[in-house]
Amino acid sequence: MTLDLFEKFDPILNDYNGLPEGEANPFTVSMEKVLSPTTAIINGRETILAGTNNYMGMTFNAECMAAAQEALTSLGTGTTGSRVLNGTYDGHKQLEECLKKFYDTDYAIVFSTGYQANLGVIATLAGPKDYVVIDADSHASIYDGCALGNATIVRFKHNDPENLDKRLARIRRNDPEAGILVVLEGVYSMLGDQAPLKELTETSKKHHAHVLVDEAHSIGVFGETGRGVAQEQGVEDQVDFIVGTFSKSVGTIGGYCVSNHPKFEALRLVCRPYMFTASLPPSVVASATKALELIASTNLRSKLLSNSMKLNNGLDQAGFKMGTTGESPIAAIIVADQNTAIAFWGEMIREGVYVNLALPPATPNGLNLMRCSLSAAHTLEQIEFMLEKFTLVGEKLGLLQNVSETALA
Amino acid sequence: MTQNVDEIFKQICSLIEPFNTKKVTLSRDTIFSVDLELDSLTVMDLLAEIEDEFDITVPLNLLPDLETVGQFTDAVQKLLAEESLDE
Repeated sequence: MTLDLFEKFDPILNDYNGLPEGEANPFTVSMEKVLSPTTAIINGRETILAGTNNYMGMTFNAECMAAAQEALTSLGTGTTGSRVLNGTYDGHKQLEECLKKFYDTDYAIVFSTGYQANLGVIATLAGPKDYVVIDADSHASIYDGCALGNATIVRFKHNDPENLDKRLARIRRNDPEAGILVVLEGVYSMLGDQAPLKELTETSKKHHAHVLVDEAHSIGVFGETGRGVAQEQGVEDQVDFIVGTFSKSVGTIGGYCVSNHPKFEALRLVCRPYMFTASLPPSVVASATKALELIASTNLRSKLLSNSMKLNNGLDQAGFKMGTTGESPIAAIIVADQNTAIAFWGEMIREGVYVNLALPPATPNGLNLMRCSLSAAHTLEQIEFMLEKFTLVGEKLGLLQNVSETALA
Repeated sequence: MTQNVDEIFKQICSLIEPFNTKKVTLSRDTIFSVDLELDSLTVMDLLAEIEDEFDITVPLNLLPDLETVGQFTDAVQKLLAEESLDE
């Protein structure tokens, strides 16, 4: 008797079938029209987009769109090939030059997605005799990069330098010569907390480990010229590899890795997620290049972070249990049980606010979150509208019970 | 370092207790995902406790083969033996 290959998914399908029907089901969302970086028509209704990671509002930037249109008209819709075959256009090389300038590094490689950048760099750099040491709360692409490669994988407690130190010391005790890659994220996307890169890089270097920092949620957002948390914390010289994405602040899709390692270009010859996929379409390359120039030359960071602080403070004052502090572009409230979280999400979409329903295992510590990611393009009125709706739904679902007492006290 | 399997088993059981919210009686055959209803992330947290208790590296790569308390115990014993060989 052979098993149905799909039988293993029965538990998850059962959960899925328990979700509300119709528009209150989070998997039914479809953007019927996108009006701007912060508004769309969903279920026939104008909706404020409060969870799109579109930090700079770059998706409708006039200069980026013009660059993309020009590339589309002159170079066509796609490259139909890998970077190592017919898929390298001058634009791809220019984008890599632009990244080198942006980060002031010697080398840069562009991947077709941010996910593939992590997959490719981690799986390729760490071979069978090497170790990859990852933060417990790492993004799926980091875990998957580990699974794709042949290295020994060790996990340390989230943002805990002492815990990392213990693990690196154990590895070194048994294997003084091993190559070690420590993988960190600048900002952890669910709760918006930054990695203490100074302590973590210091610990890594003490044990002669290489350090990779994923700045997916911090490019454009932190640092004097928008390079991310490593720049913000002044430790760029301690970081060997920076990985990032064009799908958030840069407003399109694609991934990259930059480094000063003298042999970095070797990755183009050995990194399978770079080699065995088609390269980015010319229009995407053109808008990414333009957006990087704009991020380096304009300061949207203070607007973004002040937007985030407004929403975070407002939610906190309304009496929600907060998962975030407002120091990053993320604002997330904690909802005690999963069914209430799902109901909350459904009420919000009906009220015209799209937020992210974030549930375990995608969240740390088993938390159910209503997660917003702010944009520099959000207006004060939009943030007030979000707050009004959050409060309305929070009251309806009985999540704000102690507010009046706290306010009176 | 000579630690026998029974001692290791007992030590691992005491580390599991805080995660054993349903107060299941632990045996070598107890399955983390089924009997203790632990998700993969919680098993990884438990693994971290075990690493620190025994001062060994337990690679995540081993996890797919560690479904029961007994398998965990044997893996720890093997890793401890390898460590003492190295020294």
